Amino acid sequence: MTPSVRLQEMIRVIRSARTQGEERGIIQRECADIRSQFRQGDNGERSHSLAKLLYVHMLGYPAHFGQMECVRLIASPRYSEKRIGYLGAMMLLDEKQDASLLITNSIKNDLSHSSQYVQSLALCTLACMGSAEMCRDLAPEIERLLRASHSYIKKKATLCAVHIIRKVPELAELFTPSARTLLSEKNHGVLHGAVVLITELCERNPDTLVQFRKAVPELVQIMKGLVTSSYSPEHNVAGISDPFLQVRILRLLRILGHNNDTASDAMNDLLAQVATNTDSSKTAGSAVLYETVLTIMDINSESGLRVLAVNILGRFLLNNDRNIRYISMTSLQKIVQTDHNAVQRHRGTIVDCLKDQDTSVKRRALELSLALVSAVNIRSMMKELLIFLSVCPPELRSQTASGIFNAAERYSPSKRWHIDTILHVLTTAGGDVRDETVPNLIQLITTASELHCYTVHKLYRALIKDIAQQSLVQVACWCIGEYGDLLLKGECEEIEPVQVTEDDILDALETVLQSHMSSPATRGFALTATMKLSTRITDNVDRIRSIVSIYGSCIDLELQQRAVEYNALFKKYDHMRAAVLERMPVMDKNSPGHTNGDTSGEIKEPDTSKPKPVEAGLLSEPASQVCDLLDLLGGTDTPLQPSPAPTSTPTTTSSADLLDLLGGLEIKPVPTVSVYEKNGLSLKIQCDKQTETEVTVTLIASNSTQNDITNFTLQAAVPKSVQLQMKAPSGNVIPAHGLGQVTQTVLLNNPNKVSLKMRIRVAYSNQGAMHQDTVQIDSFPSAACQPSFSPL
Amino acid sequence: MRFLLLFSRQGKLRLQKWFTALSDRDKKKIIRDVMQMVLVRPPKSCNFLQWRDLKIVYRRYASLYFCCGLEQGDNELITLELLHRYVELLDQYFGNVCELDIIFNFEKAYFILDEFIIGGEVQETSKASVAKSMEEADSLQETMEEYLNKPTY
Repeated sequence: MTPSVRLQEMIRVIRSARTQGEERGIIQRECADIRSQFRQGDNGERSHSLAKLLYVHMLGYPAHFGQMECVRLIASPRYSEKRIGYLGAMMLLDEKQDASLLITNSIKNDLSHSSQYVQSLALCTLACMGSAEMCRDLAPEIERLLRASHSYIKKKATLCAVHIIRKVPELAELFTPSARTLLSEKNHGVLHGAVVLITELCERNPDTLVQFRKAVPELVQIMKGLVTSSYSPEHNVAGISDPFLQVRILRLLRILGHNNDTASDAMNDLLAQVATNTDSSKTAGSAVLYETVLTIMDINSESGLRVLAVNILGRFLLNNDRNIRYISMTSLQKIVQTDHNAVQRHRGTIVDCLKDQDTSVKRRALELSLALVSAVNIRSMMKELLIFLSVCPPELRSQTASGIFNAAERYSPSKRWHIDTILHVLTTAGGDVRDETVPNLIQLITTASELHCYTVHKLYRALIKDIAQQSLVQVACWCIGEYGDLLLKGECEEIEPVQVTEDDILDALETVLQSHMSSPATRGFALTATMKLSTRITDNVDRIRSIVSIYGSCIDLELQQRAVEYNALFKKYDHMRAAVLERMPVMDKNSPGHTNGDTSGEIKEPDTSKPKPVEAGLLSEPASQVCDLLDLLGGTDTPLQPSPAPTSTPTTTSSADLLDLLGGLEIKPVPTVSVYEKNGLSLKIQCDKQTETEVTVTLIASNSTQNDITNFTLQAAVPKSVQLQMKAPSGNVIPAHGLGQVTQTVLLNNPNKVSLKMRIRVAYSNQGAMHQDTVQIDSFPSAACQPSFSPL
Repeated sequence: MRFLLLFSRQGKLRLQKWFTALSDRDKKKIIRDVMQMVLVRPPKSCNFLQWRDLKIVYRRYASLYFCCGLEQGDNELITLELLHRYVELLDQYFGNVCELDIIFNFEKAYFILDEFIIGGEVQETSKASVAKSMEEADSLQETMEEYLNKPTY
């Protein structure tokens, strides 16, 4: 009897509710009804009530009061009640609920029930929601069922075992012996379960993997049987005999053959047979082929087989079915690193997939295309990628842009091409690029000195066309500021000349400054550019002065500060203006790990000594940094306001001293100082690393006597405020005749910067006699270790 | 397989099967996210999606979406076959199944699913076997008279 006309009535009533509120009302009434039903105890209606509750739960309403009812129903002798009870358990109880433990006993009893359908309910529920404790309790039962039962139960018990192993990996050994014997079953359901079980066992334990390698011939046999068998209606799907089983076996073979030559050899023939004979006109066949290709790629297959696999993937790429194309690109992505040339052959098709309508396919095609870019095909690939960028969906834009940048950086054939490409990207997708693009581009432009004229013309044109793309506008402003004179000259070999007047340039910059679309950073760029132009142009310096003074009362703090400083530059320091606003030298590609000592000899502008990459506000920031540095060293009479430091000689020499100091540190080799020499044992100390508060030293002990020194230990003590950490020594035996050394690293943390002292106690045995001695170290070897010379 | 969901085109859930332990809140969130992603897909698009660390495979049958969340090692194409097999089983059982059948007989849909898949893996690859088991299990469901006569615990 089907669980209730009543249930269907209720569903009908709920569905007829016209508003959410009405539905809630109905649900509340029904739930009250259900609750009173539960309280009444047994009257043949309980399973109906629980079914109703489960429906309500599926709609999203709370149903926790049904949990105990599930427990009661599971324990009932009636099959229909058990069925609903177990379903309720799977839906309402999970391992996080305490009530789940209560059903463990019921499950245990049901596992030995006379009816296999009751057993199957218990197995199914355990495999669905069994917690670790339940699994531990019931594992022996499951193991018993694996061995001695009807195939209907065996297949379920096998998958239940898989669940147990996933929850409690230690129980894997319990199931390993039975798993092997299950492979000789004829029933496909059991066989499938057995393969899944063995896969799970092998994935978790490498020893089990080695054990199951012996099963490879058996698996190959089974597969052969499936592939060559005559039509069997029971398991046939679109001409393929049991594709589910075939796919699982192939997956297991992949795991067993990985990195193992014997196993891989045993599979080669089979894989070739499957690859050639499987009909891939329908999904089932394609699924098997797909798994075969994955397996071939992952084991140590012979090269002919690999070529076959890549060709299959190539064929998939041309398939009309989108799913198949997606799958093939996913697989090609996995092998593009190892079989690069083979995948390159299909580059054309992959690039065509960029034009597909579907987003998933586009995404895969993009990733694959980016992986296929090489020095040879960079120009054509970039063309395609740029076309793609202009039409691609917004979620793929930033990935495309960064991919293009990476590719351009690695393989660009010429600087001009590189700059053009970046400009193109900025015009099409400027909003989606990363922040470092602007400084990177600026750095690139400065290095391409022969292209300054070309670049600034191009950027100017882009700027007057459209000022919405912030990154582009920032770069354009910077360039115009730097190379404005080249722009005014008007002639440039690679671009048609256009007459640009000073007013035009200032108009453009002013538009940027005043536009609502410009971000504060962009305006900063524009203001600085305007200022720089004051030295590059001749006629409109007054206009520049007026612009700058207007922004002296701007609300934005950054702009205001800059304007005031530039004003000051006009008024008080006019004699230095030319020097300050000079052309910038070529910047190194700087990384954060750069130290001061590595800069080139150019110290005219303060910027080059700054290790961080160039940010907005190029001029004022680095100058103030140098000011701070100078202060540390005893200072000059430079006023300590954050105004651009005068780049007159005092700065130059101090900077030179600065560099010399650091340069000096770099060249000196790390010295070792001997601190203890007695009875043939000598102890040296070497200062490895120092910062303001931390010192790392290595103690090196060597032995010049005739006998080995054994049980060698060092103990160290330091002043109270210093923290000491001794790493493990390299050993405690020092070979004789100076043949070997024992080293031990010690880390000292000196937060209060007291003068470092260390007392070391040495203990060792030589020729059976114990020795002990103490040595005090008052000064540490390298001058750099002295706290008074604080590093920068 | 991590989960299997059936939902209508209007975003109403018709069946949910979870093969890993998750809190109610997590389940609701996953359902919401997956539904949102799948329902916006145009008709002829690819049936596979990448979402977080899972592969989502879905297929639309009339007004119902059948949707699975797979782990990285699972084969998407065979999962499509799996979904198709489940639909065939439902069709065989209900005779020309439609969404209403699944709404009004949701517990049956679950029972059929439990005969086909356990713990996220296929347990029986033969359609006939599953159909036979369902038939036999149904016959065990007692009639009303037997209900009242059987003793309680």
